[in-house]
Amino acid sequence: MQDVNHHISDDLLMGYAAGALPQAFDLVVATHVSLSDESRARLESFEALGGAVLDHVGTADLDEDSFEATLARISAASAPEQAPAPEPAETGIFPAPLRDVVGGDLDAVKWRAVGMGVKQCVLHSGKDASVRLLYIPAGQAMPMHSHRGTEMTLVLQGAYSDEEDRFARGDVEIAGEETNHTPTADPGEDCICLIATDAPLKFNGLLPRIAQPFVGI
Amino acid sequence: MLLMNDHADTIDALPPGVFLAPSAMVRGAARGKDVTIVQNSEEHWVARVQAIATAQDQTAFAELFRHFAPKVKAFLIKSGADAGLAEECMQDVMATLWRKAHMYDPSRASVATWIFTVARNRKIDLLRKYARPEPEDLPWGPEQAPDQADVLALQQESHRLAEAMKTLPEKQRVLIERAYFGDLTHSEIAAETGLPLGTIKSRIRLALDRLRHNMT
Repeated sequence: MQDVNHHISDDLLMGYAAGALPQAFDLVVATHVSLSDESRARLESFEALGGAVLDHVGTADLDEDSFEATLARISAASAPEQAPAPEPAETGIFPAPLRDVVGGDLDAVKWRAVGMGVKQCVLHSGKDASVRLLYIPAGQAMPMHSHRGTEMTLVLQGAYSDEEDRFARGDVEIAGEETNHTPTADPGEDCICLIATDAPLKFNGLLPRIAQPFVGI
Repeated sequence: MLLMNDHADTIDALPPGVFLAPSAMVRGAARGKDVTIVQNSEEHWVARVQAIATAQDQTAFAELFRHFAPKVKAFLIKSGADAGLAEECMQDVMATLWRKAHMYDPSRASVATWIFTVARNRKIDLLRKYARPEPEDLPWGPEQAPDQADVLALQQESHRLAEAMKTLPEKQRVLIERAYFGDLTHSEIAAETGLPLGTIKSRIRLALDRLRHNMT
């Protein structure tokens, strides 16, 4: 496991532990946690808090045949689930939760060109948020943009830098409304990111603004 | 009802060679206070889950059910399910616990935490109607049983967390509960809880490091 330098924020982790995030963000959090033991430990500590809440929630009356009905459910199902076999040696770049949604690794992604060599693939678009894969050629700058909501970017391959920092595989960048940045992919390797947004982006240049409805980012 | 298994645990817990005086027998039979503590301790519940995992122990499952099923149902009702749906969902959660008992890792989660995660996922399935992506599993088998020191340390941290939760100001505690019932959107959640989450995180981190080490 490589070192991850930029971890996810506590509010998003707690939201994931509570099951309160929009679907699009769930995928990015699950994928990031798969790559970072530090975030996994923080997530499990927020789940420990959920356990404490469950322990103090009080009790509700059960149906009279509740226990028997549960036993019936158990015998209706087959034998106890076996522990999942250890994953085969990692060959791709997508952790399991992303692989499940894409239906495979990088070679299974159905990219759509969006100009300047940039490609994207929308994985899920809900009413409150959407999530996509973005492919930025090595050395390529993204159009400058700011945000109306929260944008969460997870790097899967390569790296990019903006005015503030550099982000590589496993790193997460959270950008809010105040962020106005020009990410540029590092030279040497094409950069692939998984990005969740809870509102469409605003581009600052004229052309990108015209392109925005088509690009969808 | 005092189950035979619990009684056996109490006796096992005594140092070897201790003669069980009649008074000790009476104390056990009379459900003395110390017996109750043993019954509700984290150690006790971990042993029950492990008995389900290794021996399909139905008595252990019945006990787990009596203690946790009413809590799971209450949790689901507070999360917005009506009584009928909460009962269905709870039965499903309890049946899942039976099937997945062998996947429970006591060095990383208390029994209540494990049950919370199963209930939360079922709640998302049923109330939000989608199967949530979960982080990649870190596989461990019976040959890589967790370190006993990690298990004990995690139990102590879980206990500290539960105690700290009780002493929180009412307003703050209610806010945390509402977050976990799903009453708050993610932007309304304040992750600053004032609880000793950093220490429990360090324990879990250590257990993960050991697990990684075992796998290589």
